[in-house]
Amino acid sequence: MSAYEWLPEFLDRLKADNVLLEEDSITALAKIPMLMLEAEDWGRAAAQAQAFGLRWIGGWADQLGETIRVNACLVYQCEALALRAMLPLDTLVLPSHTPYYPGADRMERHTQDMYGVLFSDHPDPRRWARHHAWGENEYPLRMDFPLAGTRPGPMPTDDNYRFLQAQGAGVYEIPVGPVHAGIIEPGHFRFLAVGEQVLNLEQRLGYVHKGIEKIAVGRDAQGVARLAARVSGDSTVAHSWAACMAMEQAAAVQVPDRGNYLRAIMAERERIANHLGDIGAICNDVAFAFAQYQFSRLREAWQRVSQQVFGHRFMMDCIVPGGVANDADSTGLELIRTGLEPLRREMQELMPILDDNSSLEDRLATTGFLSAEIAAAFGSTGYVGKASGQDIDARRDMRYAPYDRLEMTVPVLQDGDVEARMHIRSEEILASLDLLEQLLRDIPAGDIRSEWHAPVEDVEGVGIVDGWRGEIMTCVRFGANGKLARFFPRDPSWFTWPALEQLIHGNIVPDFPVCNKSVNGSYSGHDL
Amino acid sequence: MLRLLNKIRKIGTVTEAVPAGRDPDFEEVGEQLRNHVGEMFDGSLAIREVDAGSCNGCELEVNALNNSYYDIERFGIHFVASPRHADMLLVTGPVSKHMEAALRRTYDATPDPKLVLAMGDCGADGGEFGCSYASCGGVSNIIPVDGIIRGCPPTPLALMKAILALVEKRTGGD
Repeated sequence: MSAYEWLPEFLDRLKADNVLLEEDSITALAKIPMLMLEAEDWGRAAAQAQAFGLRWIGGWADQLGETIRVNACLVYQCEALALRAMLPLDTLVLPSHTPYYPGADRMERHTQDMYGVLFSDHPDPRRWARHHAWGENEYPLRMDFPLAGTRPGPMPTDDNYRFLQAQGAGVYEIPVGPVHAGIIEPGHFRFLAVGEQVLNLEQRLGYVHKGIEKIAVGRDAQGVARLAARVSGDSTVAHSWAACMAMEQAAAVQVPDRGNYLRAIMAERERIANHLGDIGAICNDVAFAFAQYQFSRLREAWQRVSQQVFGHRFMMDCIVPGGVANDADSTGLELIRTGLEPLRREMQELMPILDDNSSLEDRLATTGFLSAEIAAAFGSTGYVGKASGQDIDARRDMRYAPYDRLEMTVPVLQDGDVEARMHIRSEEILASLDLLEQLLRDIPAGDIRSEWHAPVEDVEGVGIVDGWRGEIMTCVRFGANGKLARFFPRDPSWFTWPALEQLIHGNIVPDFPVCNKSVNGSYSGHDL
Repeated sequence: MLRLLNKIRKIGTVTEAVPAGRDPDFEEVGEQLRNHVGEMFDGSLAIREVDAGSCNGCELEVNALNNSYYDIERFGIHFVASPRHADMLLVTGPVSKHMEAALRRTYDATPDPKLVLAMGDCGADGGEFGCSYASCGGVSNIIPVDGIIRGCPPTPLALMKAILALVEKRTGGD
């Protein structure tokens, strides 16, 4: 383990760029080294970090009395580094990280709308989270903003957002959403098209903003775990795990081995279920119904086993602070084990059928190409990143239990098209089956949960886990009496939604659904 | 192509052939539903699903109704792309403030007589999210609701029963 061998050199580079770093500038955010920066150094630190090769994995703010703390978390290879700047409430101005990390764009605008922090050189300072539920000079995550809000009565539509315009013969706009044609989540897409060709796609999200960060304040750990389980229903296990990991870290609660194994079994089951569903749905979007029926059949059967063993088809609320809610008995684990080989055989039978189908290949290959450069610039992880050469997987890189003692392969492809994003899913299913085999073989006996005890005030925690959609980073801070003062679950969709805007370039409008499905961003996970 | 056809042949009809996967309850509810839908909607009940702010868990279960285990279309129920084609709105919640106007418009765009089924604990009363600056809570706070199916999320079977109950209620009332 390198143990931050790179950090001194990085600090030297910062100092060489006149970033003020003193003895007491280097502290820690939970277990992560943290640099306390002057506000004016915030942008230069990001420039140096980008040049050094750090990956930007999240930014969020927090209010303590008259101070707003702005935080960013970055990763170099397998090690995280946090940055923090303290801003007095009357001067909430900070340079932006977006010029160096395009993936920071929307998260900074979220912070701008929720806290009133102005990112001075942000290339696109339009509102993002805010539609009409609160006013321009109101900031819901400020302590003085009432939970009930300030605007009772019917909400108008979000109709004066400044979309990119294009003019010229034959250029036209296609507005889509927020209510979509399929059974999917709401959001708005604005296409500029010439003939069938997409000239530009702009997303307008925020429709499912339901105040998760605000209502978490004042909840106890168990209440926040329930909320985390509903940040994005399809990732309920992964988000619960990330939130509990963050809270357990803050409270110094050690999860028993068996609890960790059960968490991983559930997380791999969640990954497989969603990948199965997605492979079918991708094919369905190009009218290859055979695959949709086959894979939705497999998904249903898989979820029924989850229901039998864990009591819930999606395993919602099964992960709780300190461990897991219920044990799985030997019959249940055996039921899971006997389901592995049949699914592997089904995959080995079905994938060649998909690969052999020329009309499927015609629609999926080269469609929605995302280059490795753009994927890296946005910090896309999960199947979107992995299909575009991003060899990132927190299960392997962050070495959290129980993955630190498992052998795993992380599939990575270079093609970057819809077909690659489908293949990554099928390869991940096989890899997860291998992991499940190891987990079931090695699962130790013992407790499934440690007793929860709340930490003292102002302790923070950061949980990083790899969900089926990609890397999740969840940050918490405890307030008084074991109640949460801050909860920020960062879904991987923050870094794949903007990738969709790029990968659609040069494609035709009718290929948008399949491109969108291949990315399958979570609206709920993103809009909070 | 041969492999494809062979796979279809080998799997057969899951809806009928897998006893473990077949829920007698579901078949029964389905048959009743088919009869009522036959009477009242001329054999075809069109549902427009509206996600008004859900966590997407409910959407997974609505989608599951279309998989070959449930295959809800065989009972005359299908999901349509536009509210203008719908007999019923199936709304998941909580209704976010940002979806409030879109939900009202969707409701207005649905021709009368229409049924509204609020789905999930959040659709019922806001669930885990409640009411806040960002959430209007349950669906009935925004549009008239004819029925509620609780659950987080409700299972496909529970959802199907709720659709039946709603259709029965309407049939009885006429």
